[in-house]
Amino acid sequence: MSGAASWSFREEDASRIGALLDRLLAESSARTALLVDRAGQMLATAGQPPRFDPITFATLTAADFSANDQLARLLGENEFGALFHQGEKDSLYLADVARRVILVVLFDNSTTLGLVKLRVRGIVGELSRVFLEMFAREGAGERGRPGAGVERGFVGEAEDEIDRLFGTSGRG
Amino acid sequence: MSLINYASREVNCKLVYYGPGLGGKTTNLEYIYEKVAPASKGKMISLATETERTLFFDFLPVDLGTIRGFKTRFHLYTVPGQVYYNASRRLILRGVDGVVFVADSQLERMEANLESMQNLYDNLAQHGLDLTRIPFVIQYNKRDLPNAAPVEQLQEALNPGWPVEDPARQRLTPDPARPGEPLIRQVDETWIERVAYFEAAAVRGDGVFDTLRAVSKMVLKTLG
Repeated sequence: MSGAASWSFREEDASRIGALLDRLLAESSARTALLVDRAGQMLATAGQPPRFDPITFATLTAADFSANDQLARLLGENEFGALFHQGEKDSLYLADVARRVILVVLFDNSTTLGLVKLRVRGIVGELSRVFLEMFAREGAGERGRPGAGVERGFVGEAEDEIDRLFGTSGRG
Repeated sequence: MSLINYASREVNCKLVYYGPGLGGKTTNLEYIYEKVAPASKGKMISLATETERTLFFDFLPVDLGTIRGFKTRFHLYTVPGQVYYNASRRLILRGVDGVVFVADSQLERMEANLESMQNLYDNLAQHGLDLTRIPFVIQYNKRDLPNAAPVEQLQEALNPGWPVEDPARQRLTPDPARPGEPLIRQVDETWIERVAYFEAAAVRGDGVFDTLRAVSKMVLKTLG
């Protein structure tokens, strides 16, 4: 067992993943694609900018997916690899990527669930490979390299900000 | 684990408030929500039952602003305290960077505190995390109640300390908040480490920000 560690999402990761998400959107005619990590943090978005609060969205997505994971286990399944939420106009299709990330596709009546599912299935394997490479890199201890941690001075400035924001009575 | 996103220039850290049912975890978040400047806080989400008991979690994002070009944010979560919601609790601990254990100081809640502490340790272990190696503080809440147990008794039960194996850390280490009460000290031949603790009356806000400040600084240090 160990303590918590940080992991980083670099610009080159973002551009590789962005290209895959753009392709998915073009091929499926979906509106927006989002990647959320299982701890509830937004990693990337592509397509039309979301009209909702992305932080809240990421938190609820991770909770939704985790709760359904447990449901799957109750049924004796390893996991539900994908989930579908149908709305009147907008729907969501969620799929697991490498067991650590969730791909969310937001689409409307201009496409079909069948097409979205098909294209997601095609892209999940490629996304998984990119993420597995990223996790392997982090695991190999590349954090010490330039650009893989916060820069010097960050912690001190952040501490000052904490003192300001979380002063004894807070700032109301 | 903290996520440093170079593409969107963001640093996100996850803090979880853990502890027995009705101990004041949600009250901590509500007080923070009430007092933090509007520009620094996001929307608070509570997935609660009709009787306002936490069913899945409460969530509050707090922005520190942009530091060295990175938008820095803490995600504050509570877990449901009731024993039978363990699946929810375990899920929320995924990717945690720092933990606040909110203990209920009332004498009759001692058993519930102990059970919850053990449960925290076990649930973290299932995520491959060791409670003694991650940023962790204890808050003794409800100090304002007449039936609150003495802090010494709570410390004895919930924060007895664990042996420090690393020779580099085997030295007297003071608690900055409490001179005279070291966090690492030698007892007989063994070096023992305790975690920092805070007394609180969360309904009045006492101790709420002291606790948050301490744990969030501990988390930041893990990024440096």
